[in-house]
Amino acid sequence: MDKFTTLTGIAAPLPLVNVDTDMIIPKQFLKTIKRSGLGKALFYEMRYDENGNPNPDFILNREPWTRAEILVAGENFGCGSSREHAPWALKDFGIRCVIAPSFADIFYNNCFKNGILPVVLPEEAVGKLMEDAGKGGNARITVDLPQQTVSSSEGEVFRFEIDPFRKHCLLEGLDDIGLTLQKIRHIDSYEERQKGAMPWLWNGSAA
Amino acid sequence: MSEPRTLYDKIWDAHVVHEADDGTCLIYIDRHLVHEVTSPQAFEGLRMAGRTVRHPEKTVAVPDHNVPTDESRLHGIENEESRIQVETLKKNAEEFGIEYYDVNDPRQGIVHIIGPEQGWTLPGSTIVCGDSHTATHGAFGALAHGIGTSEVEHVLATQTLIQKKSKNMLVEVTGSVGPGVTAKDITLAIIGEIGTAGGTGHVIEYAGEAIRALSMEGRMTVCNMAIEGGARAGLIAPDETTFEYLKGRPHAPRGGMWELAVAEWKKLRSDEGARFDKVVRIEGEKIAPVVTWGTSPEDVVPITGTVPHPEDFEGPKREAVRRALDYMGLTPGTPMTEIEIDTVFIGSCTNGRIEDLRAVAEIVKGRKVKEGVRAMVVPGSGLVRMQAEEEGIADILREAGFEWRLPGCSMCLAMNPDQLAPGERCASTSNRNFEGRQGRGGRTHLLSPAMAAAAAITGRLTDVRELM
Repeated sequence: MDKFTTLTGIAAPLPLVNVDTDMIIPKQFLKTIKRSGLGKALFYEMRYDENGNPNPDFILNREPWTRAEILVAGENFGCGSSREHAPWALKDFGIRCVIAPSFADIFYNNCFKNGILPVVLPEEAVGKLMEDAGKGGNARITVDLPQQTVSSSEGEVFRFEIDPFRKHCLLEGLDDIGLTLQKIRHIDSYEERQKGAMPWLWNGSAA
Repeated sequence: MSEPRTLYDKIWDAHVVHEADDGTCLIYIDRHLVHEVTSPQAFEGLRMAGRTVRHPEKTVAVPDHNVPTDESRLHGIENEESRIQVETLKKNAEEFGIEYYDVNDPRQGIVHIIGPEQGWTLPGSTIVCGDSHTATHGAFGALAHGIGTSEVEHVLATQTLIQKKSKNMLVEVTGSVGPGVTAKDITLAIIGEIGTAGGTGHVIEYAGEAIRALSMEGRMTVCNMAIEGGARAGLIAPDETTFEYLKGRPHAPRGGMWELAVAEWKKLRSDEGARFDKVVRIEGEKIAPVVTWGTSPEDVVPITGTVPHPEDFEGPKREAVRRALDYMGLTPGTPMTEIEIDTVFIGSCTNGRIEDLRAVAEIVKGRKVKEGVRAMVVPGSGLVRMQAEEEGIADILREAGFEWRLPGCSMCLAMNPDQLAPGERCASTSNRNFEGRQGRGGRTHLLSPAMAAAAAITGRLTDVRELM
């Protein structure tokens, strides 16, 4: 997995609440058997018209936000379906960090598996960063994961909270499966205990 | 004496494989359901890393999201991308030794319908699937939630998940609900009350007489939409209704093992005095048949109500309401029952079970679908379809003018050819009314199967109680 440490980049404002994963990546793009190439379909229905032509008003179609690396959005971002295609599409477009007052659980979790940092900040702070993001090219926002801060282009600093284990994994770019396989003896012994305590989960069925 | 624990606490505690100092846990997963859309990259990941599936016998695979629901599929899937995805699932299941129900197997159906149907879903177990509606299985007192594809790969390789414990939330529905009010109305009313982020970070336990009185089908409908309330999982304590449903199912325990299991399952309830971080109480008597007006499942109103005004809301929600009404083509103040519909969709993991189809048949028996309305019923599984045919439900529906389809997710997410055209308005028993969900520009009103049936007959959103 790609590491995430610090990032200074153009932030795109998306002042909508309840941005759902159908909006982030509609179902017709879920038919792929790959993880790559979804960036062009990010926010498809807002970004393109019925004929597939770019909507010139949509933020990610406007300069300089076509090069955005940070997204600032309203509360409950990423609600709905569990599709990991949503973070895959964001990442493929170039977004490495999403800042919002709150996130839906599954999306939030999926971000960390893909080297994307979701930052939760209070409504007021998000409002200020949203305004900053609206300024465009010269207004670069800095996200510092080791320090757990976001700095606006005007130097205002907001501190955010993050789970220490998740922070560690992002900073080091660690592979979860590799980490878990180091605990294989714990899994082995759990399974032995469970066979005694809940045997029907082992031999009550076709198992 | 140990501390009183909630049902969630008990299932969680029984599945902790390892706990790190910071509280990050490795949780054991008992059952893993796999479908064609969110799994190909996970299997590919295993292959690239030279890993295997740790417990193929705890895993079951079925295609549901992509499959066409008309007879054409009997001769193969026409859409190339869909066909490749379904074929990939089949190949992966064969390669890794996973039980697989093929497109035309009678056991095929929506993953959350076939899990319980085949007895894969058991009380006190942990269940995951790369699909947010995995919450459905919580109806059996199983801790069940949706995961992303990276986690699908993690579970395939290790039979565990890395997690932190969620908070406990109790939603109690007291008393009983009136005639024409169903599990779908209960679950929508709850979401209307708590909002789509109301359960974020929590596992919801549903309790109270009105929940207890529901059949397993109804309980599945309630838990199914826990995710629309922001909670990854919903739970209902198992009882005789649960055991009766499960007994004799192909993958349920048998004989002495069944007795042993039931004795343990009876302990699966929240202790007296157990602490919940959040408690919501709703009076069953006050729940009316409901319908959504907007593009978020929290946009709920009784069928007797009107389309709200943006000024009724504050903060960012006001702008969201304005946008939603514009998308939905609705004017504030319009009575809900004056809204005309073009399409009726009955099915999905929320409402594609036999009880749902019985409720529809009861309303449409001897009546006709309104001219100009396209009405389709998509059973949740091949077995539901067969049962409905045996009970005469299929005949009633066909005679009334409904299309009687083959099982799949269908128009709930419109990944297959079942889609709305731009501007088309649909009365739908599914779970999400997001923009574009049922087709670009499509307008979705979520409601119960009985209410959808009533809308099919009159051609507009209708209070089903008038047709009872």
